[in-house]
Amino acid sequence: MLNKISIYLSENPTLRYWIIRPEWVAVILLIISIIASLQLSPFFADLAFIMDSATPYVEYGLIAIVLTLIIISGEIDLSIASMIALTAVIFGTVYNAGFGMPLSILIGVLSGALCGLFNGILVTKLQIPSIILTIGTLTLYRGIAQALASDFSLGGYPSWFIGIDYRYVGIIPIPVIIFTVFAIVVGFLLSSTIYGKQLYLIGTNPQTAKYSGIKVDKIKLLLFTFSGVISGIAGVLTTSRLAVARFNMATGAELEIVLMVMLGGTYIFGGRGNIFGTFVAFWIVVILRAGFNVARIKIESQLTILGAMLIIAIILTNYIYSKSQK
Amino acid sequence: MSIFDKFLRIRELGIFSIIIIVVITASIIDSRFLTIDSWRAVFLAIPLILVMAMGQMMVIICRHVDISIGSILAFAAITIGFVFIHYPNTSLLMALFITASVGTIMGLVNGIIVTRFNVHSIIVTLGTLSLYRGLVFIVSGGRQIDRNDIPVHIISFSQTSFLFSIPAILILSVIIVLITHLIMRHSVLGREIYATGSNPEAAHLKGINVTKVTLFCFGVCGMLAGVAGLFYASRFGYVNPGVTGVGIEFIVIAGVIIGGTSITGGSGSVLGTFLGILLLGIINVALPVLNIPGEFQKAIYGLIIVLALSLDQLIIFRMKKLGGGANA
Repeated sequence: MLNKISIYLSENPTLRYWIIRPEWVAVILLIISIIASLQLSPFFADLAFIMDSATPYVEYGLIAIVLTLIIISGEIDLSIASMIALTAVIFGTVYNAGFGMPLSILIGVLSGALCGLFNGILVTKLQIPSIILTIGTLTLYRGIAQALASDFSLGGYPSWFIGIDYRYVGIIPIPVIIFTVFAIVVGFLLSSTIYGKQLYLIGTNPQTAKYSGIKVDKIKLLLFTFSGVISGIAGVLTTSRLAVARFNMATGAELEIVLMVMLGGTYIFGGRGNIFGTFVAFWIVVILRAGFNVARIKIESQLTILGAMLIIAIILTNYIYSKSQK
Repeated sequence: MSIFDKFLRIRELGIFSIIIIVVITASIIDSRFLTIDSWRAVFLAIPLILVMAMGQMMVIICRHVDISIGSILAFAAITIGFVFIHYPNTSLLMALFITASVGTIMGLVNGIIVTRFNVHSIIVTLGTLSLYRGLVFIVSGGRQIDRNDIPVHIISFSQTSFLFSIPAILILSVIIVLITHLIMRHSVLGREIYATGSNPEAAHLKGINVTKVTLFCFGVCGMLAGVAGLFYASRFGYVNPGVTGVGIEFIVIAGVIIGGTSITGGSGSVLGTFLGILLLGIINVALPVLNIPGEFQKAIYGLIIVLALSLDQLIIFRMKKLGGGANA
């Protein structure tokens, strides 16, 4: 039976292309995790509960969407979590220095853009491999945040700013709406515009892309800056949610963000992947985390499972691509 | 070729001159920096990082990076802590053996995943970084190993020794450095590591078992991180599952990279790495002397990594222009 299917599939490349895809792994995992969570607690049948559990991860989800683009283009940005902390701290410092709220938000987001631009310039101009460079800037940005804020929590924001996760439209919290709209817009840009196609080409073969007249360096520079901007927005969102900004915010968040992208079936070597996968993977992480908490598994012990999942996700994705697209 | 270019080819000289500059600046600002006490502080701070850096250097020369070493250190330290709780009479050699074995296994797991599935080592070890840290919490149940759990002969291991009461961890780490130097410079295996890092395909065609060499590097890296776990327990007298070894991987990587080990593999030396770690140790002690708050330390380390990476790349550009490769 299995043999017949595989023969049938090998005779129909189009069908094979659609059936053997890593995103289906994410979808199947999502279904499994929902079923498992339902066994655990009836709360998981409550959509409002799941929506509420999702808000703390929206910041990571937003960045995961951008990181998907970066990984498709063959680079990676691991400094994202540090950029959240740095922009939040800069935002808090500037606000406490007496700047108005709109200006503080602008400065926070712009500082993120600068961090991203810095990454981008070093990657494109000096050709430092992004994976190791962003390990360096990860330490640098977190260090600057620590130097700026020391061990203090920067608070004192007006009440309308605090608690964006408690604002709802119907039962859906505003952050989740922001995330969904962002995912749809970026997903559309990636799948249906020339810019998206260029991104896939850059990731598949940067040399060919260059000779085809695509401004590879410029696009990569833009992507890294974009990653900084979104990290800046995530930093402001996190500050709104927690009501304070600290240098050690989002410590270790790079694991969850990379996990979302990898679970979504984006190919670590670039050129393949899509936003739909990352979007589904975001919900897997949300439901798993909520499930762990309901099952009262310690936060630290959850790391073991997330770490193992990251490795398994990469191995599975590589395996599926090696089978489906020879 | 100008003198400047010749100078660039001897990477250790560059880092050595930076050390001299830092030391002179620090001692001009405050003469306390030149006292025996502050040098004792430097040499007590570095053994832990130095030992880990030897393993990390091998891995980086082999074109990989292992960022899970902080968690390996913590796991080895917590394991040996529980051994001490149940068997306080465990000898030093036995403790070394246990931590080294634990570390080797964890390092090999990294190595096997990297070589078997051909995934970039940073992503794999980002996963195992969390995985091992979670294991530390599961094994310890969140409990800290206190000072009175660790036997006296283990504590004294980092305080004194038979040789002019130089701390034994310093002596042991120097021995490890010398052995690493012998392996890298004077053994076939060492040359194979360099060959694998410079060009894995060519190394394979030349008959080098690339998988085995890579596994060896990850194994040694894990082993030394495990040994550093014992150093940690001895030096600090406690092991906390949430604190021990967190973020230490970035200090180690910073030291290795500023020591002139190229991140693209195939070049780097034990002497350079030693000087790189020494510089970090000196900066660590110089900060309070220079009245720079401790909060700046991480930013400075980060800046050092980014600067070293940029410098490395600039040197490679220049070498390409001149023709001829960088010295291994």
